[in-house]
Amino acid sequence: MGNAQALLAIDNLSVEFRTRTGLVRALDRVSFDVSAGEIIGVVGESGSGKSVTAYTIAGILDPSAHITSGRIDFQSRDLLKLGGRARRQICGRQLSVIFQHPRIALNQIRPVGLQIEDVVRAHTSLTRAEAQRRAFDMLEAVKIADPQHCMQLYPFQLSGGMCQRIMIAMALSCNPRLLLADEPTTGLDVTTQAVIMDLIQELGKKLGMTAILITHDLALAAERCDRIVVMHAGQVMEIAPTAELFRNPMHPYTRRLGAATPGPVSDISELDIVPGSVPDLRRQNLPPCRYAERCERRIKECDIGPVPRVAVGRDHFVACKRAL
Amino acid sequence: MSSLLEVSDLKKFYKVDRSLGREKIGSDNRRSRASFLHAVDGVSFSVSESEAVGLVGESGCGKSTLSRLLAKLLDATSGSVRFCGDEIGPIAADSFTENPYRSNIQMVFQDPIDSLNPRFSAFDVIADPLRRLKHTKGQMLDSHVEAAARAVGLPGELLSRFPHQLSGGQLARIGIARAISVNPKLLILDEPTSSLDVSIQAIILKLLDGLRRQTKIAYFFVSHDLNVVRLICDRVLVMYLGIVVEAGPADIIFRIPHHPYTKALISAIPQIDPELREIKLRVDGEPLSPIDVPQDRCRFAERCPFVASKCRLERPPMREVEPAHWVACHFPLGIGRD
Repeated sequence: MGNAQALLAIDNLSVEFRTRTGLVRALDRVSFDVSAGEIIGVVGESGSGKSVTAYTIAGILDPSAHITSGRIDFQSRDLLKLGGRARRQICGRQLSVIFQHPRIALNQIRPVGLQIEDVVRAHTSLTRAEAQRRAFDMLEAVKIADPQHCMQLYPFQLSGGMCQRIMIAMALSCNPRLLLADEPTTGLDVTTQAVIMDLIQELGKKLGMTAILITHDLALAAERCDRIVVMHAGQVMEIAPTAELFRNPMHPYTRRLGAATPGPVSDISELDIVPGSVPDLRRQNLPPCRYAERCERRIKECDIGPVPRVAVGRDHFVACKRAL
Repeated sequence: MSSLLEVSDLKKFYKVDRSLGREKIGSDNRRSRASFLHAVDGVSFSVSESEAVGLVGESGCGKSTLSRLLAKLLDATSGSVRFCGDEIGPIAADSFTENPYRSNIQMVFQDPIDSLNPRFSAFDVIADPLRRLKHTKGQMLDSHVEAAARAVGLPGELLSRFPHQLSGGQLARIGIARAISVNPKLLILDEPTSSLDVSIQAIILKLLDGLRRQTKIAYFFVSHDLNVVRLICDRVLVMYLGIVVEAGPADIIFRIPHHPYTKALISAIPQIDPELREIKLRVDGEPLSPIDVPQDRCRFAERCPFVASKCRLERPPMREVEPAHWVACHFPLGIGRD
């Protein structure tokens, strides 16, 4: 792909986990670019490798993980080649993460204000008083009514939506260039989800931030992202600008997934299903296209040789030998 | 259609010990009288035979408490629950297992992995209610379990497996098979698909819909996903802070919601199709505390974008604004207001 303006370029990334029950091939030659200023969605079912991709970028993979190939260029530097110290200067500061379960991700026994200050002080040279001021400003930015009071509270005293606001305040406290939001609204109510997503979008725009939104919810990605990467079982199936992806899905999986998402006008008879399930990634004999076994358009060629990714339109790529 | 379940003014309060977490609860904590958390605060509705009624609302609104009251897993504080015309409200949950209606009201729980006994094989999970409630044994038991498994599309060879050996979709099927094994008339489904991927969710929804058409079991379907409720249910109840604020036919509620809260819930659902995205009605903030919730005002007033002074002075009664469409709002949307 080789986009010169890309803020982040993931190229040919493969990750494996060595577990007691075998080698899990979690990511298989994943490549995509993220341009500065865009919100890109990474969607897929559980086990599709969405979170592993994010964790690899953020450098917080489990010790059992092995990156077997590829590179991740962030502002033209390969993150995977950086040593611990150099990498920590980037991760957390220029690149930050919002995790799925804010209540678990936050420290239970430390007031939330101090937790934000910790992040600020670890990544900047601000004094304590300045860091405190920054924490206050961030809580105000995420529209918390009484920041002064809120700073003294512990996560258990706050609702899930409020905890997620704290996570966002923390993630944005050092003005990151790139935000990785890993299912930021899963487990929250739809009304809270709408408010939190507004907040991420609005602050992103204001701070000129780029974001990767990882979600299983195709409709959420459709509403909030400029481009979408569809993943399945550790492989990228399709990449396209949002409107184009839904108007003209080229991969059989994308089309099935879209049709399986309940919409506001459809009848249950129109609801599609994705047959089968994500293959066990510990298997030795995984087909080159890991969707092949669930695919109604499978042909002999699908089981021979790697699946090339082809451009089928402007910024529209599909990895399928028998695209729609 | 005759009424299978009739609920009127059902309440469930929990006594709150104010000596813990005093400062968090509110400013009125100096009062010494007991406080109550109003989880379900006077709910009335009915479910007809073979009807599917959906219940939607945010977390903490009392959805799960209400479904557990109906399933007789919790004792109500007050109110009446009539099943097939007989009052079952006052019967204690503990002794309801001896009641002949126990097998008629069954429940499918939210998280299939947490709600199944890890030491029970799929066969035992499905057989348990048959053994306990119908005293089925031997070959009869085998054939009933196999029939239930067949009805939910669970391959017979999986019956000997244990929960940890099965996938999320298979566990969901077992949860449903367990509930329908004793031929209930009413199935209470508490977020049956919320832990599943869309691809599996679609399969389970189709299964539930087909099952209802075949068996004529009535559904009480609890979910926070309005799109899912719309697909499965004939009628929808919208719950807010322990009370029902709107009730009506599913297709009408989704097209023309009258309560601002319903409207906000619907417009918050992400839509794939840009043309279906309407102007968002955002409600920020959080519901009032359910502890000693004020009775003389609209509970949604604090978050309502259309709040008027009357809303803070008088509790809006539930009234029928259109045939079979009820709403508890002083100024319902689209009626006497733009």
